[in-house]
Amino acid sequence: MSNSEILREFLLETHENLALLDSDLITLEKEPAEKNTLAQVFRTLHSVKGTAGFLGLVKLQAVAHSAESLLSKLRAGEMRFTPTIATAMLSVVDAIREMLASIETFGNEGSGEYSALIAEVDRLREAGDGEVLAAQPAEAALLVTQPVIALPVAPPPMAHVTTPTPPLIIPSPAETIALPPLESASDAKAAHVSDSNIRVDVGLLDKLMTLVGELVLSRNQILQHSASHEDDAFLGAVQRLNLLTTELQASVMKTRMQPIGNVLNKFPRVVRDLALACGKKVRFEMDGQDTELDKTLIEAIRDPLTHMVRNAIDHGIEPPEIRKSRGKSEEGRLRMVACHEGGKVIIEITDDGGGIDVARVRDKALSAKLVSPEVVARMSRQEILRLIFMPGFSTAASVTQFSGRGVGMDVVRTNIEKIGGTVDVESPQGQGTTIRTKIPLTLAIIPALIIDSGGERYAIPQVSLLELVSLNPDQALRGIERMHGAPVYRLRGTLLPLVFLDEQLQIEVTRGVADDVNIIVLQADDRPFGLVVDAIRDTEEIVVKPLQKQLKGISVFSGAAIMGDGRVALVLDVLGLAQRASVISGAKSRTLGEQERPTAPVASAGQTLLLFAPTAGGQMAMPLSLVARLEEFPRTALENLGARPVVQYFGHILPLVDVSEELECLRLGRRSLRSQRRRHSVSDAVSVVVCAAGDQQVGLVIDRFLDIVDDHVADRSRASRPGVLFTSIIQEQVTEFIDVAALVRAATIDLLPHTT
Amino acid sequence: MTASHQYCTFYLGDQCFGLDVLKVQEIVRYQPLTMVPLAHPMVRGLINLRGQIVTAIDLRVRLALPPRLESDEPVNVVLQTDDGAVSLMVDEIGDVMEVAEEHFERPPETLRGAAWDLIQGAYKLTDRLLVILDPELVVSLPAEQN
Repeated sequence: MSNSEILREFLLETHENLALLDSDLITLEKEPAEKNTLAQVFRTLHSVKGTAGFLGLVKLQAVAHSAESLLSKLRAGEMRFTPTIATAMLSVVDAIREMLASIETFGNEGSGEYSALIAEVDRLREAGDGEVLAAQPAEAALLVTQPVIALPVAPPPMAHVTTPTPPLIIPSPAETIALPPLESASDAKAAHVSDSNIRVDVGLLDKLMTLVGELVLSRNQILQHSASHEDDAFLGAVQRLNLLTTELQASVMKTRMQPIGNVLNKFPRVVRDLALACGKKVRFEMDGQDTELDKTLIEAIRDPLTHMVRNAIDHGIEPPEIRKSRGKSEEGRLRMVACHEGGKVIIEITDDGGGIDVARVRDKALSAKLVSPEVVARMSRQEILRLIFMPGFSTAASVTQFSGRGVGMDVVRTNIEKIGGTVDVESPQGQGTTIRTKIPLTLAIIPALIIDSGGERYAIPQVSLLELVSLNPDQALRGIERMHGAPVYRLRGTLLPLVFLDEQLQIEVTRGVADDVNIIVLQADDRPFGLVVDAIRDTEEIVVKPLQKQLKGISVFSGAAIMGDGRVALVLDVLGLAQRASVISGAKSRTLGEQERPTAPVASAGQTLLLFAPTAGGQMAMPLSLVARLEEFPRTALENLGARPVVQYFGHILPLVDVSEELECLRLGRRSLRSQRRRHSVSDAVSVVVCAAGDQQVGLVIDRFLDIVDDHVADRSRASRPGVLFTSIIQEQVTEFIDVAALVRAATIDLLPHTT
Repeated sequence: MTASHQYCTFYLGDQCFGLDVLKVQEIVRYQPLTMVPLAHPMVRGLINLRGQIVTAIDLRVRLALPPRLESDEPVNVVLQTDDGAVSLMVDEIGDVMEVAEEHFERPPETLRGAAWDLIQGAYKLTDRLLVILDPELVVSLPAEQN
């Protein structure tokens, strides 16, 4: 982004803010105690000062700074807002306006001299009260005489600043935006920044969107009717209408979307200047500039992001010497990442600075009387960190040109919350700070895959989509296997857990056995899973609208959208769906299983394996080295010891463990399934694998022995449940490798005293 | 002269109900619904109300009345709430009625049973009772009221 573009944005933004300032100041004059308005004025001037500083507009910065200092006193309640102050402040606004006009036309602040105005403002601040109007210097009058001439309701030239009554001008915002500078008033050809952009009311865009939606609906109806016509001229017209409508819809939708890069791209420069001014070295990284965001949201995050970046550099990243002494590289890192995630836009600003000192935050909050000591004592570290978002909070030891007046993070929070977003902070002591902003997707348009299930349409955001797999009935029969009841599909040799959408949503199952099986491979938190749907329709760009409160609790939907034909379709929340189907929570236990793996006997490549079928079906394997004997007992030999079946075996009591049942117990975290599922096959004999675990023997009850194989287990997938080390494919069958040690442990805990 | 109120009236079976007319945005004939799986049974689905997605609540389910016949097409009474427009599906729509406050009576202590808390009271009309519903409570999930 070039310098001139930054300037352009600054001008546009400030023009708008100035219009507000005028009316705010007038409000304040009438109601001096109006704190919110005062804070508003303060923030605006703070912003102007800050940006002017970055852009090297010295005069502008000086004027804004003096005004801000005066306001600072007012805000602290040390002074009262008097008409004199109002007059002076309005002069400041006019001076700023004059400079902006000059910048727009000539590219510099102009030759105006504002030291008198600054002196006047400073004098007011020091006087501590408003009764100083007699001494108003004449020069000040000159500064504010710039008539804003092109306005129909131009404010009268304020030639007499000494007038005790302030000028009662409330320019309407629209007029102020169109404000041309004095010089160019005679030069109509000069292109103005404000001319090349039209500010359109968002409400109007909304209305346009709705109308286009209705148009699409009518178009579709006409298309349907036209099918029965044979009039070529009519059909041609319908075709044109069709194309135009599609294009119109796309354009109207795009009017609201902008890549977030439009905002982010100004930051490298901001960071550079700021780092230089603070005497720090900062490397700035950005990612996700092409994340599209609604225009209104872009506008709304601009200021908060600037504040966060300022804070990160000013307070976060340490000066080079300190960084060196702490063993970090002299150059600090500041990273800004934007992405779509779970139906929200996430913007993260991370620095590798000193982090936030919780003790200092607490002390500061206490001294500023933001919280009471009793409350603080009960707060967690995270809660204390969040105090930085309270109004009037600032930890910077000194007020600098850039930040530290206590209007930082509360502005950030206010602005983000205004658009329904959230902001949070993470700061492990000494390890930098991450500010995470989540903005709702409410208005964002996202590409989505439209699918059918149970006779209804659903939209799946394409961000989480990996690939689509379609199986004909034959392939489906062979390709979809069951692992202890859980359906899986071998996708290029890796097992992909399958989730049936109609089952998850508890809707009518309309899939037939003879239908193709459509698998949508989705990504949820790094874990792929296959979603089985009835039909895959098309991709469509959708506008996600939030669900109303009656439906808020359903985590599998992130919103709803209106489709091309006018019907409503629900938008699936892939994360929520994965959680509901336990794809993700399952992942956690799998990770745990992995950590435990080294301690358990692992079937490694080249081992001899015993293959067997457990009582619940499927195929399982265990290393043959752990097997003492294979036995078959007549069912009548089984006895019970407590809840545990046992047999007498060479003079010892051999506890029996049904592999399938025990795995189920482990999965459910229960000690025993009791009798509810004890239905060893109908046969009279029980197949038992006798395992030696230490000096303890345990019999694993299975359905039947299958084979003994020498297998180089190459393809391992992660375990599917506790008690299983990993899964693989042996003899073209999905096979679970059981964790013998874990099973034995589980089975013998309650028996140990009785055996030996 | 006594104060009077205007109510939008509608029927569920034979019972006449009323909602504050100022809360009622519009009446819309039956619209195609998009089912919302896993939702509370009182939520019948979502409708597209001129580009706005509106939750449709079956008032019969909300008031624990027997379901209406498949053949009967309900009518949507669209309410304005803090959370945007919400539609109540009713059997049949009545007139906007102006009633005098003196005819109003709070529900008797004996009023219990499902959803009794939604009922603000009733106006004693000459031939029947006009039961007034609380427009905020009627659109909220039963659990939310606690």
